[in-house]
Amino acid sequence: MNARHVLLVVAVSLLLVAVVAACAPAPTPTPVPTPVPPTKAPEPTKPPAPTAVPATYKIGVVVSVTGAQSSLGVPERDSALMIMDQVNKAGGIKGPDGLMHKLEVIVEDDASDTTKAVTAAKKLLEQDKVHTLQGASGSPMSIAMAAEAEKAKIPMISYASSSAIVYPALTAGTVVKIPGKPDHTASAGETWVYLARLYGAKEEDLMKANPDIKVGVVLPWVFKTPQENYPVSSVQADYWKAKGVKKVASLGVNNAFGLDSRLGMKALYKEAGIEIVADELFQPGDKDFRAQLTKIKGLNPGGLVVHATSAEGAAITVQFRELGFKIPIVHNHGIGAQAFIDLAKADADGVLFPIGKVLVADTLPDADPQKKVLLQYIKDYKAFTKDAPISTFGGHAWDGIQMAVTCFGKVGSEAAKVRDCYEGLKNFIGISGVFNMSATDHTGIAKESLVLVKIEKGKWVFVPADKYKDN
Amino acid sequence: MALESQLLQYLFTGVTVGSIYALIALGFVVIHNVTGIVNFAQGDFAMLGALVAVTLTTRTPIFNRVFVADFDLPLPLGIVLSVLIVSLIGAVLYFLAIRPAKGASIVSLIIITIGAHFAFQGLALIAWAADPYGLPVFTRGGPLEIHGAILTRQNLWVIGVTAVILLALYLFFERTMLGKALRACAINRLAARLMGIDANRMALLSFVLSAAIGAMAGIVITPSTFMGYDSGTFLSLKGFVAAIMGGMNSATGAVVGGLLLGIFETVGAGFISSGYKDAIAFIVLFAILFVRMSVGVRKGQSQFEEVGM
Repeated sequence: MNARHVLLVVAVSLLLVAVVAACAPAPTPTPVPTPVPPTKAPEPTKPPAPTAVPATYKIGVVVSVTGAQSSLGVPERDSALMIMDQVNKAGGIKGPDGLMHKLEVIVEDDASDTTKAVTAAKKLLEQDKVHTLQGASGSPMSIAMAAEAEKAKIPMISYASSSAIVYPALTAGTVVKIPGKPDHTASAGETWVYLARLYGAKEEDLMKANPDIKVGVVLPWVFKTPQENYPVSSVQADYWKAKGVKKVASLGVNNAFGLDSRLGMKALYKEAGIEIVADELFQPGDKDFRAQLTKIKGLNPGGLVVHATSAEGAAITVQFRELGFKIPIVHNHGIGAQAFIDLAKADADGVLFPIGKVLVADTLPDADPQKKVLLQYIKDYKAFTKDAPISTFGGHAWDGIQMAVTCFGKVGSEAAKVRDCYEGLKNFIGISGVFNMSATDHTGIAKESLVLVKIEKGKWVFVPADKYKDN
Repeated sequence: MALESQLLQYLFTGVTVGSIYALIALGFVVIHNVTGIVNFAQGDFAMLGALVAVTLTTRTPIFNRVFVADFDLPLPLGIVLSVLIVSLIGAVLYFLAIRPAKGASIVSLIIITIGAHFAFQGLALIAWAADPYGLPVFTRGGPLEIHGAILTRQNLWVIGVTAVILLALYLFFERTMLGKALRACAINRLAARLMGIDANRMALLSFVLSAAIGAMAGIVITPSTFMGYDSGTFLSLKGFVAAIMGGMNSATGAVVGGLLLGIFETVGAGFISSGYKDAIAFIVLFAILFVRMSVGVRKGQSQFEEVGM
């Protein structure tokens, strides 16, 4: 064997290793295998059913199991698989036809990449012919997927928070007439809902004043389960007001999630009379934020608002402490995972953020309508994943999958009926909140579903509204 | 914060960030000098160094939570062991992928290192999953404040480690027989072999040395920036830009290139826009390649011939 042959062999084997590594299934806490149902002898009295096995109800889920947003995608995948396991163990879903249908949840990994999310969504819609599409973990991927769901006319539930997922954005540069106020020129990501908040008007009135703009309030086929950025910003604004802070700086990720969170902040903080002295950005996947933080330090703000997810949020927090800031740091609900605390360690102490109730479920008053559901979810999830940490993200997926299970049971798998069922969900007690969907609200959660949480000694602690000023 | 202290802060941050680029660039230069190869798995040595150190010093579930690494070694011991293990990985890379391809063109060898990069990244994903990991800071305690700018203890560690490695490399290359042999290989491999220097052993040594430098770089930055299986790519790219800035052949050049790149990036992000942070590195790369190419053309020879030996 001469050198060239050896080279070839080595190159091929390296390629193989790389391919195998790339294709290796993303690390899964081995799901509890579904026990094989005991084989029953066919009942002699009944003739064999004339029809085949009742059709399986299929949910296609796209989440970020790997990449920058894996701290979101992994609990989402596990919560979805857990429900499939529970439903099928109980025999399946009893459809409107009275038959028991098996549930199949097909999970695809988008590796935190928008292009891959679209490819995965297309595969689920065209090849697997799923009855409802769910995901993705991140806002940019969800927005891209929403377009596919709209095209295919298959109902979709996103697990990401950006309002742009369900509320179509106005084209940047569109001039919008505001009744009684000067015209507004829309910039990227702005929606009717945003303008309504910004100007204290109603969406319908704004639309009536601008009959030429052919953008609806919601995308008809798209829903989402995480809390909107508006109530999140509203809780933050309440906190700053209670603390008497008038000037804050903002550091946000430069993608759809950050954009939406920053729009929410701009609208709600303006209402609360809080000035935003710096609106700094970073790129998804950045590791070093000291340049931006240095600039912010120079402006002497009274507090810092961060719009980021766990990995970047933790690095920002560590570097924020390194630079010796003495002001409060408030994140949004993007950091609601144990990964944030594990990474930022002691530097996480003192961080405040608004989030759904799942992180502090055991400290909620018993009268809370969600408490029972939350505690049950925590117990099931811990058992299913062999003690993986609880995060709010798994809850977003739980809500989406349970909505699908509920609707399959009510109306079967026909796309238009499932969509109508999603839109008609009222008082649906989930993990992220109590949902009341409607024709103009495809999120259905109000500010009341959020609490302000503080990290103390590596634990999440519920901060009641009357204690804001002491924290 | 006055402009003066703000500038000083950018300088501190830039030097810290740049020190890492410098260390990665040093790894590039050591291998390139001796073998002519541009090792694109350089950043992965940093990733592996950090993740091995994390695994040795803290309780870490690995391989899909099948095993839990519970060595709980003290940090200094974990760091030393990690550097040794990664050096060994450097040797394994040389024996498995580079040595068998002896006689292949430099471009083929470079492509092999790109393959190695993907292999390392894939193996790290299997071993440590997709989560980022952190290490505790080396010494606890408040930061230094100089004219209103903050310099943390970990920053000092980063800068200090870079300085010590640079000094050690200098002494090694200038004052030891082995180091001189390495340099001889770099200058003229044939002549070095005629002098009785084993070129293969020198190539192996260069891989081990770069792996060790890379591992150390990865370990010192992990307390403040964290490390995940995919962090190697970004480190390789930035280190490569720094090495090119420094001329690809000189250790001092690599360090100066790294520091300059770090400072450019930080100042650019601070004064222009944080959105341009990464763009700055690549604009610098393009500018330098363009200038070097035109100089090369004027000299009547392409850079590739020079590199190809």
